[in-house]
Amino acid sequence: MNSLHTLLTGILASRSGRFGLSMVLFHVLLALVSPWLVPYQFDSQSEIINHIGPSLQHWAGLDTLGRDVLTRTMLGGRQAILVTLLATCLALTWGGFCGIMAGYKGGRTDEVIMRGIDIFLAIPFMIFLLLVIATFGNDPVVMILTLGFFYGIGFVRLARAATLDVVVKDYVLAAKSRGEGTFSILFREILPNVRDVLLVESAMRWSWMLLAFSALSFLGFGVTPPTPDWGLMIASARIYMALAAWPVLLPMIALSSLIIGINLTADALAKSLGLDRSTRVLL
Amino acid sequence: MLLLIARRFLFALITLWAVSVVVFIAVELLPGDACQAFLGQMAQGQRLDNCRSKHQLDRPAPVRYLKWADGLMAGDLGQSIKRDKPLADIIGSRFRNTVILGLSAAVLGIPLAILLGAIAALYRDRQADLWISGIAIFCMTVPEFITGTLLISVFGVWLGWLPGIVIMRADAPVLEVLSNIVLPVITLTLVMVAHIMRMVRTSMINILASDFVLMGSLKGLPRWRLVLQHALPNALLPAINLIALNIAWLMGGVLVVEVVFNYPGIGRLSVNAIADRDFALVQAIALLMASIYISLNLFADLVTLLLNPRLRSQRGTG
Repeated sequence: MNSLHTLLTGILASRSGRFGLSMVLFHVLLALVSPWLVPYQFDSQSEIINHIGPSLQHWAGLDTLGRDVLTRTMLGGRQAILVTLLATCLALTWGGFCGIMAGYKGGRTDEVIMRGIDIFLAIPFMIFLLLVIATFGNDPVVMILTLGFFYGIGFVRLARAATLDVVVKDYVLAAKSRGEGTFSILFREILPNVRDVLLVESAMRWSWMLLAFSALSFLGFGVTPPTPDWGLMIASARIYMALAAWPVLLPMIALSSLIIGINLTADALAKSLGLDRSTRVLL
Repeated sequence: MLLLIARRFLFALITLWAVSVVVFIAVELLPGDACQAFLGQMAQGQRLDNCRSKHQLDRPAPVRYLKWADGLMAGDLGQSIKRDKPLADIIGSRFRNTVILGLSAAVLGIPLAILLGAIAALYRDRQADLWISGIAIFCMTVPEFITGTLLISVFGVWLGWLPGIVIMRADAPVLEVLSNIVLPVITLTLVMVAHIMRMVRTSMINILASDFVLMGSLKGLPRWRLVLQHALPNALLPAINLIALNIAWLMGGVLVVEVVFNYPGIGRLSVNAIADRDFALVQAIALLMASIYISLNLFADLVTLLLNPRLRSQRGTG
């Protein structure tokens, strides 16, 4: 638990870190408890459709179908957060494993993995994502698998580079000469030393996945109406933005504050761990 | 040196070939084929068979891949069954529009990003840096479709200075295209500037801390010469690769921006192609984007190789 404590103090040391982390916690907590907090059903329509501005009954007004905007915004991040978090775990697991293996084994394994990565990096993943969803439907499992696969590619490169720095260290050599097995070395010597890099990268990739997920639902591929989702809400309400601003602004604020929060947290974490994040390659 | 360049070229070609195989297989694995998508409800019995034999979809997959690849080599992208037109006709002008959009954003954004990055590094942790870096995080994280929508509502609807969405034919003359793309270019530039600026800043900070800069300042070089002649060129070297990767990565963002602004480019075309299951078109666009990515990467590799003598003696950096 000591290391968790260190990470937390690191983040909380800076003002932007405190702000970012509280943003993220707020959104995650809200996603967990919002079904019991919302004032209305997410799909119940009001009879007073022509009164769409904010009022005492509907604090953020109604959307064009007469549904409560506040309710839908509070619920709108749940699917996005769940899908992207699980996809981040998946990406971290497979990408981290392949990268560490490539860095540790070197030679043939390294060559095969890295050339494969080069190929998948060149494929425009947004088009692929759309294609997969158009074919297999927007089932959350499909989304998690595809997002997890494509965003894991970056982890491979990163984990490999970090491992290459570690394998030459004396303690790895010592473990090898003690006769420890590959997996023991991977988990007890290398993983603890590349963990920081992977952790910061996970946070970043989580925010990119949120960007991708909301872009998908903005394009109409992410979630199926009437499920509330920020991207979808923005897409459907932005046409009426000049008439009713709240149905667009509220989900915009929600989505942006979550992503900014994640980024500020990651930045603060990277700074406190002495890692430099801004030179990292994007994909 | 020549050998190194040849190696890079060979790798790029192999990657391109592998991508074409992966793209082909991926589209092949999807349930349904182009004829089913084309005929829709009527896709059964004789009609389906006729369509398949007409477009040679009844041949085995490897044969069709060879035919496709053969056409690509000769510059023939193939035929869209759904749209009943050569793909080159459909893609041509839209591809040009996307290139115009991307290039304008790059021409505007890259110098600005380098300038801001250098300023932020020089005034590290001071007022100027905090402002620039803070705004950069904001631009980087807010999704393009939000920035775009906000820009439309402020400049298009509220102030009424600029057209909110782009209304033009795909094959409009270049001048007309340029007059239409102010807002989409700004949207793209904001994201790009933020990413590149952060890289330049870090790399500049590292360089400013290095021995030769210290040496220069001890020698009494004026600050502007030290920065412009010694620090900045060295700081930009590692950034070149990252900039190329970034630009390629932003292609995903182009897709969203084009939809937001109704811009007739390749991104919006690909969304439409996917929506009406025009597999041949999707394949062609995916391959086109992949080749842009590969050539940008190759270009950046070669530029760094030419500018940085330290790399020339090593074997490829992977």
